[in-house]
Amino acid sequence: MVLDGMELIAITVVIGLFFVMFKQFGVWEPLSLDESSDCELELSTVRHQPEGLEQLQAQTQFTRKELQSLYRGFKNECPSGLVDEETFKTIYSQFFPQGDATTYAHFLFNAFDMDRNGSIRFEDFVIGLSVLLRGSETEKLLWAFNLYDINKDGCITKEEMLAIMTSIYDMMGRYTSPSVRDDDPSEHVDKFFQKMDRNRDGVVTIDEFIETCQKDEDIMASIKLFENVI
Amino acid sequence: MAAGVATWMPFARAAAVGWLPLAQQTMPKPPVDKTSRSDEILFVNVSGLRFQTWKNTLDRYPDTLLGSSEKEFFYNEETQEYFFDRDPEMFRHILNFFRTGKLHYPRHECIQAFEEELAFYGIIPEIIGDCCMEEYRDRKKENQERLAEDTEAENAGDAPLPPDATLRDKLWRAFENPHTSTMALVFYYVTGFFIAVSVIANVVETVPCRPLKGSIKDLPCGEKFSVGFSCLDTACVLIFSCEYLMRLYAAPSRCDFARSVMSVIDVVAILPFYIGLVMPENEEVSGAFVTLRVFRVFRIFKFSRHSQGLRILGCTLQACASELGFLLFSLTMAVIIFATVMFYAEKGTKGTTFSSIPASFWYTIVTMTTLGYGDMVPDSIAGKIFGSICSLSGVLVIALPVPVIVSNFARIYHQNQRADKMRAQQKVRQARIRMAKKGATNAFLQHKEDGGLQGGDGDSTAFCVKNRSAFEHQHHHLLQCLEKTTNHEFTDEITYSEVCMMDSMGFRTSRSTSLSSQQGSTTTCCSRRAKRRAIRLANSTVSVSRGSVQELDTLHVTKTPVGTQYPQSRSSLNARTEDLKLNCTDYTAAIISIPTPPANSPDESLPNSPAIPGILRNSRSSTFNTQETVKISSL
Repeated sequence: MVLDGMELIAITVVIGLFFVMFKQFGVWEPLSLDESSDCELELSTVRHQPEGLEQLQAQTQFTRKELQSLYRGFKNECPSGLVDEETFKTIYSQFFPQGDATTYAHFLFNAFDMDRNGSIRFEDFVIGLSVLLRGSETEKLLWAFNLYDINKDGCITKEEMLAIMTSIYDMMGRYTSPSVRDDDPSEHVDKFFQKMDRNRDGVVTIDEFIETCQKDEDIMASIKLFENVI
Repeated sequence: MAAGVATWMPFARAAAVGWLPLAQQTMPKPPVDKTSRSDEILFVNVSGLRFQTWKNTLDRYPDTLLGSSEKEFFYNEETQEYFFDRDPEMFRHILNFFRTGKLHYPRHECIQAFEEELAFYGIIPEIIGDCCMEEYRDRKKENQERLAEDTEAENAGDAPLPPDATLRDKLWRAFENPHTSTMALVFYYVTGFFIAVSVIANVVETVPCRPLKGSIKDLPCGEKFSVGFSCLDTACVLIFSCEYLMRLYAAPSRCDFARSVMSVIDVVAILPFYIGLVMPENEEVSGAFVTLRVFRVFRIFKFSRHSQGLRILGCTLQACASELGFLLFSLTMAVIIFATVMFYAEKGTKGTTFSSIPASFWYTIVTMTTLGYGDMVPDSIAGKIFGSICSLSGVLVIALPVPVIVSNFARIYHQNQRADKMRAQQKVRQARIRMAKKGATNAFLQHKEDGGLQGGDGDSTAFCVKNRSAFEHQHHHLLQCLEKTTNHEFTDEITYSEVCMMDSMGFRTSRSTSLSSQQGSTTTCCSRRAKRRAIRLANSTVSVSRGSVQELDTLHVTKTPVGTQYPQSRSSLNARTEDLKLNCTDYTAAIISIPTPPANSPDESLPNSPAIPGILRNSRSSTFNTQETVKISSL
């Protein structure tokens, strides 16, 4: 039988429709790999439970009630018990609507996420807060140094400082008075290094940093101001 | 800012320590938080249902009632809790909002009740979460539509026209609401009849009648009785033109009316006739004229003024314009696709009817709508296969938008039914409202006669007084204050109108010695206009109507108990059916007050009394009870 073009097409279409029907009846499952799609669901439902209250009390300077209050707020916001970086950035950006706080939030996140696993647990959160609010001045300065030291190698280079400074100026946004010029961050970094870098080796080490700050009365006075935040 | 941000605020502030070494200036002092920092559990009692929550939870939203110091107003010291006398079921949702930061709309609640609760607690409804926002908006729109209909029905033309309506207004009213007057109704039915006649004539004139003598061919009736039909047509067109011109004259806004759909239909209905008048008897032009006659069928749309169903249908089509558009579009696409396929499939067949793709359009449409006339039929196998696919898909494509159109129609239909029901209930509602108002004023006037004026002195007033609640007492006191302020008194409608009529005869009455009352000139109140106004302004200071039974042949004038004189004189007439015993239950008295210039002393009024024509001093005028009364009976 000679089939001309249209009839060929017609019969092809009919066969295609038959296949569609077969799928309906489950007679013939076409090759599909849908096992993998279920796996990703597991990760998002991972929960994290914090250590017990007593342990946290030992590790931090907070009272029991304060820890309870902190945890309630934390759990309300993050029912899974973990804060990932994106959420953290979103939250922190809400405090600075005029500028772009994402870069600084990234650095901040790294400062809190002590075990570098990409998410902040309640312990990290509360330990960090304890240092910031109830720690000694040296501890606070250490924490600040840790923040500036992006690669955690024990010294702050000019590039690291410039990155931090730029991110802080970014948070200001465009509408400032006087307006932020492009070289403001680097000027500020230069001033910082002039003050902190004793031996003029281009990096600031922990000891230089702490020593200089302790000698600076303004900084010491300011550190005392932030004690009563909670 | 969201609730979550408040939780993180201490953290953000703490993290500011990181800026300190970099700072070039000293940091400002932080705000001192004097309130107690420790978190405590608050008890909130809402109509008996006790809720407990942390204080911090409520503090998250400081601009709501619960988050601000406003809730201290509701604090109950004895039970150490905040007590709210509101719906406990709704409070659940409110509190959940504080807890989770998301406001949900409970679907089973009335939307107005929900909004009232939100307003009470100081929460704006706009922050309803996305999950519930759509449902909330739909319900709100529905509710607003319903309310708009109610107010529209109230304001609709059922209200009586103001007396100074011009001819235009009256005419427009007659057109829009035919049931308001008989003339309008007659006009309504006459136009309806003529529309029907015109349409039937159009139809009948094409029916073949028996031919004239001497001819074989059947003639359409229109040509046989051409004189009759043209007379009928002319009459109908004249009536329609008159109607249109009258509507145009009466319309409050002529431009809007001229652009409305109904007016366009009217114009299109009568235009062919006029065009035919001016058209010359030219052969080629009259061909076009015959086509114009088609437009005469638009007269049938004039029925939509008479039929609500037609209007509903029109509304539905308007509302479903997008669905109809989609239907049309998808049909066109399918038609083109299948027509092309069928054409190429049938190209090889000898003597095929599928001569071109446009010719195949006809086949596709007939098949997709499952008509299947059979004038074009595919022969080849491919054609038959594609033809069957075409008919199957046609059913689907047409069935898809239909439910949307149907549901729209149902919604509009129910709306209309509801509007009709509202109109029917309107009268009952108005009567109920009037009764309620009268009841309140009744109570007040009764209270006054019982001597409540003096603040309830003596035992005589004790009986009645204790039957009234504190609220009523306060209300009555308020009304009395108003009376004293304006130097007028509340009274009853019927007795007021009676007095008006009597005053037209120059009637004046006065009280006995210790009373000072004067009926001043009442010319102002006795014009018909003022009387009507007075009756309508039933609750004004001038006159207040009471709906109870009145017998106005006796007018009583109460006088105050011994020794007390009214500092300002008023004229007040009490009409009672019986003697003045303190009879609280069966009171049918009325007090009439007429605006008078304040009379100075009782003595002045006395000389006037004998000069009153038509007033008889009742012999019982000498009877005095605890309150001295002078009965004056009128004619």
